[in-house]
Amino acid sequence: MRLVILDDYDKASDWAARYIMNRILQFNPGPDKYFVMGLPTGSTPVGTYKKLIEFHKAGQLSFRYVKTFNMDEYVAIPRDHPESYHSFMWANFFKHIDILPENAHILDGNAEDLEEECRQYEEKIKEAGGVELFLGGIGPDGHIAFNEPGSSLVSRTRVKTLAKETIIANSRFFGGDLAKVPTMALTVGVGTVMDSREVMILITGAHKALALYKAIEEGVSHMWTVSAFQQHRKVIFVCDEDATLELKVKTVKYFKGLMHVHNKLIEPMENGPEKKKRKVDEGINK
Amino acid sequence: MSRQKSSASLKRKCQDDKGKVVKGRGPWSATVYGYLEMPSNRSTSTIYQFYNCRILKDGKLQREDLWIRDGKILNPEKLFFDEKGYADVRIDCKNLLIAPGYIDVQINGGFGVDFSSDVENVEEGVSKVAKGLLAYGCTSFCPTIVTSPPEIYRQIIPRIKLRDGSSEGAGVLGIHIEGPFISKDKKGAHPEKYLKKFRQGWDDVMETYSTLDGVKLFTIAPELEHSSDIIKQLVKRNIRVSVGHSSANLSQAEAAVKAGATCITHLFNAMGPFHHRDPGIVGLLTSHKIPKGVTLFYGMIADGIHTDPAALRIAYRAHPQGIVLVTDAITAMGLPIGSYKVGQQEFEVTPEGRAFVLGTKTLIGSIVTMDKCVKHFLEATNCSTEEALEAGTRHPAEMLGIAAQKGTLDYNSDADFILLDDELNVQATYIAGELVWDKVKGNHDKRGVQRKGISGFKDIV
Repeated sequence: MRLVILDDYDKASDWAARYIMNRILQFNPGPDKYFVMGLPTGSTPVGTYKKLIEFHKAGQLSFRYVKTFNMDEYVAIPRDHPESYHSFMWANFFKHIDILPENAHILDGNAEDLEEECRQYEEKIKEAGGVELFLGGIGPDGHIAFNEPGSSLVSRTRVKTLAKETIIANSRFFGGDLAKVPTMALTVGVGTVMDSREVMILITGAHKALALYKAIEEGVSHMWTVSAFQQHRKVIFVCDEDATLELKVKTVKYFKGLMHVHNKLIEPMENGPEKKKRKVDEGINK
Repeated sequence: MSRQKSSASLKRKCQDDKGKVVKGRGPWSATVYGYLEMPSNRSTSTIYQFYNCRILKDGKLQREDLWIRDGKILNPEKLFFDEKGYADVRIDCKNLLIAPGYIDVQINGGFGVDFSSDVENVEEGVSKVAKGLLAYGCTSFCPTIVTSPPEIYRQIIPRIKLRDGSSEGAGVLGIHIEGPFISKDKKGAHPEKYLKKFRQGWDDVMETYSTLDGVKLFTIAPELEHSSDIIKQLVKRNIRVSVGHSSANLSQAEAAVKAGATCITHLFNAMGPFHHRDPGIVGLLTSHKIPKGVTLFYGMIADGIHTDPAALRIAYRAHPQGIVLVTDAITAMGLPIGSYKVGQQEFEVTPEGRAFVLGTKTLIGSIVTMDKCVKHFLEATNCSTEEALEAGTRHPAEMLGIAAQKGTLDYNSDADFILLDDELNVQATYIAGELVWDKVKGNHDKRGVQRKGISGFKDIV
């Protein structure tokens, strides 16, 4: 596990976005080789999305050869409802970048056969070649996507009923009215995310501190489903100071001491595609 | 232009010899980034995306892109998720403002044309004005016919047809009939000998005009007997009724509103002045007798001449939702500085932008244009840019009951819009999504061809 601790939300979002950019650039996607990403929603990744959009607008990053799979979507609210995850992704990410609409996958919470929808989603991920980097957040109850406490750690994409704590947490998006919050959602499973080649979890804010503690300093437990990633080969937790409040001082010091190593991962690439081309040109002209 | 063609030419520019995609070269490279190959788009119509702009939406200037397809404003989110579609052509607006095209509900002519007297060339006259208005950001208008004898109405009304705007000119929303059923005391420049009263009622109306087909707005003096019945009849025929050229007191005006009138014609002009014990028509702005759910609209010639800015401010502060900017422009509007003779009228247009009866200091009428009205209104009232723009777009559309299609940039409305700089100078005019006028090249007469770039615009067609 890598635990990357930044001072605050903005710095954490910036670090995460730079890491993602470098991963995409290094991967060098093309028409035969798409970079497949898993994407979250919620307030935590908003800063990261903003930064990625900035990089795109500055001409540093294109999403033309990126395919995305969102983690989840509510069941039975209209797709254009302002709080649907489709609306969230459009407003916060898709409309600002150059991703092709057919490459942006989100579960359809209004599908006639929800189970079939879930099954097909797993198929699509397989067809795309599996997820290269799955970006996620963590709920206050330690859940990943809508894999609530008690979810199987080898689960796949399916319909889930939301836990009370999740409904309360989400009610702030529905005018504080608990009755308006959807009670069911389609979500990728813990197993689905575990299948990806790399996982990056964003955790910011003091209210997530307990969940982070349970996820990385205690054992693997289906009560804190993010803890499943202790068994993933390549996981990065990106967090701010506040999120580490429940961790042991020893843990925090250790990983903070590694920041010089972590920061190498976000250095602007020396041999990026632009620079490579210039070198080739220079080589030809010599 | 077929998509295949543009796709191929774009590919040529975007790929090197090995077919490897490179960042677009050329002056439009900034706009092409991200669309290096034109993959297939499911829709057969071209989709335009105006970006790097601020658009007037929901009463606010917002940093959003404007999407157009088939002459209508398109919902890009629906396009993305439902159709998996995206833009074929992207236009960099260089941070300009985009507002709906202006709507002028009271204009008597311009460019040497007079709608009320050019019986020979009605269609050409309307077309000439329609085309000239594009330069002032006006995309729809109501040709206004002032008090005239029945023969004139009989000949002219049927020949002014409702029509959509295009590169040939602004759209005709309908005719504004101003007279002859108005007050003798408040006739203004209308010829007295043709003024009329209602003797029997509706028969007088049909006798006068022969037909009301195509009439959208009707100015009436409510103190005339039988006027309430006439108003009811007009409203039944889906004609908006406006009180004006009248010396009615407040109760008479309120009776007209009760009968269905919803507008006031050029507030303050050609009506009794406001008096604190007899507010007259001006009192309608704060009347308690306006039916619930009805907005009272009032035209305002915001040229700084017809109404003192202080009076404009009083009216606006009293009833901001109802203000509708109009030009009430006459023949001389749009003509360059000089002396002219049109029909029986001799006048001159001065460098200060006024038109006087030749050899006198008597104003012959208004020669203001919609864009100047909006600018003057903004300056005089210190209102927000959004409010100034809405006074020339959303409010006139609401007044005519066409706010779903015109005067707005909401999804599925008609793509009639203008590009403005921060001082609200018109830079370009679009009708049904097509560029019809721009500051550099003027009118774009040929339909469908948008090859001509505006200096600074990167139009990658």
